[in-house]
Amino acid sequence: MRVYLDNNATTIVDPIVFEEMVPYFCQMYGNPNSLHEFGSETHPALRCAMDRLYAGVGANDDDDIVVTSCATESINWVLKGVYFDFIRNGDKNHIITSEVEHPAVIAACKFLETLGVDVTYLPVNNDGVIELDTLEQSITDKTALVSIMWANNETGMVFPIEEIGQICKKHDVLFHTDATQAIGKVPVDVEKAGVDYMSFSAHKFHGPKGVGGLYIKEGKVITSLLHGGEHMGGLRSGTLNVAGIVGMGKAMELAVENLDFEKSNVKRLRNRLEDALLKLSGTFVVGTKEQRTPNTILISVKGIEGEAMLWDLNKAGIAASTGSACASETLESNPVMEAIGAEADLAHTALRLSLSRFTTDEEIDYTIETIQNAVLRLRAISSTYAYAPDWHESKL
Amino acid sequence: MGKNTLIGGSIWEEYSQKVQDLMNHPQNMGEITEEQAKEMGAKLIVADFGAESCGDAVRLYWAVDEDTDIIKEAKFKSFGCGTAIASSDTMAELCKGKTVDEAVKITNIDVEHAMRDNPDIPAVPPQKMHCSVMAYDVIKEAAASYKGVDAASFEDQIIVCECARVSLGTIKEVIKLNDLKTVEEITNYTKAGAFCKSCIKPGGHEDRDYYLVDILKETREEMEHDKLSSLADAKTSEAGEFAFVDLTMVQKLKKVEAVIDENIREMLMMDGGNLEIIDIRDTDDGFTDVYIRYLGACSGCASSSTGTLYAIEAVLKEKLSDAIRVLPI
Repeated sequence: MRVYLDNNATTIVDPIVFEEMVPYFCQMYGNPNSLHEFGSETHPALRCAMDRLYAGVGANDDDDIVVTSCATESINWVLKGVYFDFIRNGDKNHIITSEVEHPAVIAACKFLETLGVDVTYLPVNNDGVIELDTLEQSITDKTALVSIMWANNETGMVFPIEEIGQICKKHDVLFHTDATQAIGKVPVDVEKAGVDYMSFSAHKFHGPKGVGGLYIKEGKVITSLLHGGEHMGGLRSGTLNVAGIVGMGKAMELAVENLDFEKSNVKRLRNRLEDALLKLSGTFVVGTKEQRTPNTILISVKGIEGEAMLWDLNKAGIAASTGSACASETLESNPVMEAIGAEADLAHTALRLSLSRFTTDEEIDYTIETIQNAVLRLRAISSTYAYAPDWHESKL
Repeated sequence: MGKNTLIGGSIWEEYSQKVQDLMNHPQNMGEITEEQAKEMGAKLIVADFGAESCGDAVRLYWAVDEDTDIIKEAKFKSFGCGTAIASSDTMAELCKGKTVDEAVKITNIDVEHAMRDNPDIPAVPPQKMHCSVMAYDVIKEAAASYKGVDAASFEDQIIVCECARVSLGTIKEVIKLNDLKTVEEITNYTKAGAFCKSCIKPGGHEDRDYYLVDILKETREEMEHDKLSSLADAKTSEAGEFAFVDLTMVQKLKKVEAVIDENIREMLMMDGGNLEIIDIRDTDDGFTDVYIRYLGACSGCASSSTGTLYAIEAVLKEKLSDAIRVLPI
């Protein structure tokens, strides 16, 4: 059996989404900016996709949702755009973010620091969430932007976005949120949340890779980074990725339609898996079930290094993820795990399991059994877990 | 950069088949109990290295025959990734049948080589090399425990990287053994500097007594010095002295000057002339060109560009090297 439980990394393209994309490769392949019929015949599907995107995040018609190549591009655009508009050509010089953001945010901020920008990386509590008081105290009259994620990719913890939006509004500071891990998992409404910019990526909600979006609130300035043509109202040049946009539109529609299913069925499966794993001794999960996206578990299994666990799961056909330093190409420990608390040894023993609406009960049963076996096998090898039964021949 | 670096691959694809097999089925995993050691007529040694908070921890069990110092049985337990488990297993295997003194000489390179499928292809990607260093450190702990001495007698336990508990001795040794040239390589091999990074260079969040950049620089200098002196020793024993071509430019200049002073200058001065050496250069085609300027009577002498010049060149060729050319300017 092959089980995919790494949906926070990427997801399967929903076959319904794929179906809608197919005609835009070999049949309707025209450039939407061309005057002829080959170009114009793509317009109905593009308009429909844009309608679905706007409806999906609660944007009004005067806002912009610019299609980009991925959330990383959207995030870089906001951060560097703010640098050009308000720091280099303005009197601001400060950006606030958190220690647990995606590397796209952290790395872009580190780059801006080399250009002289002050960046505050807000710490997080043991649940991996920032404290609102700390955020408010960090805002100064030099602050141009607050960039805080909607939901965390490692822990699934949902941030208090509406409250952050209110604080930003109160202090007249721009607010960007990276909603990559939120769309399709929790309700996302840009109006209610009070965000000025919001980044997202289609492949995290069963759309295709290579297409994402940036929501820009009506009237908010942003300098274009990709100059070239008149595409996307001149905000982002580059021939439109027609099939990608069509796919992202459909994926967004399905994501919103399936929110209830996510809250009921995906969450039920997640909880079943989580409860079974927590029965193993020496385990803990970051954050309560209610505070998290319905699909995510970040569990620490004492005595088992994360990469070794992934190894055993992979052998059994199960895809998961770990924040362990040993599993990264650079050997650097995961900053999210470190920020949450090194005491817990999370940095080395974390296992992330992320489900989707395609996960089945059978898959969860198989996963529970496989992890139980892997824990027995690896703890028998482990020198840091005081558990020494006879050599356990697992079924792996 | 380049084609192979653009699509990040899985580090697992770089594990040798042996590493994968050992990860799946470690051969020496387990413990040796007091009773088992007694049955073998051996002394039980248990040594630990690392900690879970470092990401790697290994425990080594030895049953050592006290009459012969031979390790009759070795077992391990390990908290760590696949390569840590595989290299701990290999390390235990390599210990078996060796005396304690022989086992102390097992290096991380021996462990890594033993896990190769193909002698020319590394068993693990470079960033995973630290796992084999771990296996190597625990042997020293075990040997120290057996001999009733401090592990410090095998190496100086000045800890440079607290996070990964890597000692100055290990770092210097790993640099020398593997001919490491960058701090990134040290981190790949030892894990030193991979965590809080304060030991990499001054100016971090914590003041340290030792920094990787300094250790690397000093160790490279030591290696260069060792290389030169061993080269010098070899030359001295073989040929009595350096061949002219192997000398540095400064040394070449000194040799040329000495030969000219001894054999030529006096001759020229008797005729009311002299010369000075303007420059000395090695050419791409293997010659050493000596640029000279005639002084006094020589500067106008017809022979200065023919007979005298040939004479000077002939003396230098004879005394120093056939590859010398003399060029008046």
